[in-house]
Amino acid sequence: MAKKPLQFNLNGEDRAVFVADGENLLDTLRRGVGDLTPKFGCAQGTCGACTVLIDGEPRMSCLTLSETIGGSRVETTAGLGDGGKLHPLQDAFMRNFSAQCGYCTPGMLMAAKALLDRNPAPSRDDIVQAISGNLCRCTGYEPIIRAIEEAAGMARGATGAGR
Amino acid sequence: MPFRVETFDRIEDAARALAANRNARFYGGGTILMCAVNAGSQSFDTLIRINRNDLGIIRAEGDRMSIGSGVTMSQVLQSRDLDFLHPVAIAVGGPAIRTAATVGGNLYAAAPYGDFATALLALGAEVQFGGDGGSAMPIDQFLADRDRHRERIVSNILVRRPGDAGSFRFRKVTRVKPKGVAVMTLAALLPRSRSGIRVAYGNMAPTPVRAAAVERALEGANLDEAGIGPALAAATRGLSPASDALASQWYRQEVAPVHLKRMLLGQAG
Repeated sequence: MAKKPLQFNLNGEDRAVFVADGENLLDTLRRGVGDLTPKFGCAQGTCGACTVLIDGEPRMSCLTLSETIGGSRVETTAGLGDGGKLHPLQDAFMRNFSAQCGYCTPGMLMAAKALLDRNPAPSRDDIVQAISGNLCRCTGYEPIIRAIEEAAGMARGATGAGR
Repeated sequence: MPFRVETFDRIEDAARALAANRNARFYGGGTILMCAVNAGSQSFDTLIRINRNDLGIIRAEGDRMSIGSGVTMSQVLQSRDLDFLHPVAIAVGGPAIRTAATVGGNLYAAAPYGDFATALLALGAEVQFGGDGGSAMPIDQFLADRDRHRERIVSNILVRRPGDAGSFRFRKVTRVKPKGVAVMTLAALLPRSRSGIRVAYGNMAPTPVRAAAVERALEGANLDEAGIGPALAAATRGLSPASDALASQWYRQEVAPVHLKRMLLGQAG
């Protein structure tokens, strides 16, 4: 079956790939482009390990038909850091021991980024809601929630917001 | 099995293609169909979609709101005109599901999904189809014969705002907080006049259903412990819910009156 051309922006870089009919974005990112940060978990939208941002909104890449994202801006964990400098969320996850096996971490980071981009001063309940579609079987969630709270505080401190 | 994706600009053309191919399904937000695609479903081989987002519009139509079938749960949450549906939309999936899951898709969602459809059933919504002159159908009728309408494309849903503040109630019962699949979903329209009462259950039958015996028992009744007694006694009359991984039939029948009571009395928990 003929493949279809697809152009989109991934973490600030324009990409052009060919996708098969019915191919999901997770496959396109991992196999087509080579970005291995979104993880394959359940392929049913249940675990959130494949969460990416599409035009700033969190989406399950496993449930996204690749050809529907033409011209969109896709963000993954691979684009979070700035060269050797970690994103405040990554830094906070590291300091709070928010990853054990680490499989959920890329999805958690993107879900958290979607929240903080929209709401720089989230309540604990906002955070719990934001990661409610992401499963973690190791940490019990508390270190993840703490890290997101800390990252939000760091970002506010850096910009002077919330003073 | 490879899947084919056919993309159309006009809903009329998409509706024609869907009606002509029994192995085709209409692709809305993908949260249901892509699960099947990823699992290599053998029940369909073609996805039909519309390129332009004409179905993603929310607008007032007379005294009703028209919600495009392509409107996502996130869009519902951003709409002030649909504030009465916010408690419903927030109950659907996590944030990354709500940005894709559509109102139209929820109408077709098999149990245990379909929370939004349950709410629309309680609200007495109408379903309008695209590509066949825009005919509208009461949601009761649509849900009663849902499989037959898989060959049609829902263009929008028409729903009246509840007249009295607090007259629309919604409750999703889950084992996991804050997000989980529904053990059961309950929704009710309880006008102050106590006439025209509508009560709907989700996940107590293969599709959302009205609780006719409960509605009859509530006509003219006071919403207090004594007034709702007959309705609670009739909570599961005529219903035979399924047993699944979330709950047995026995459990659903036993707890339905508990949750119905909490919803009717506006109690937490």
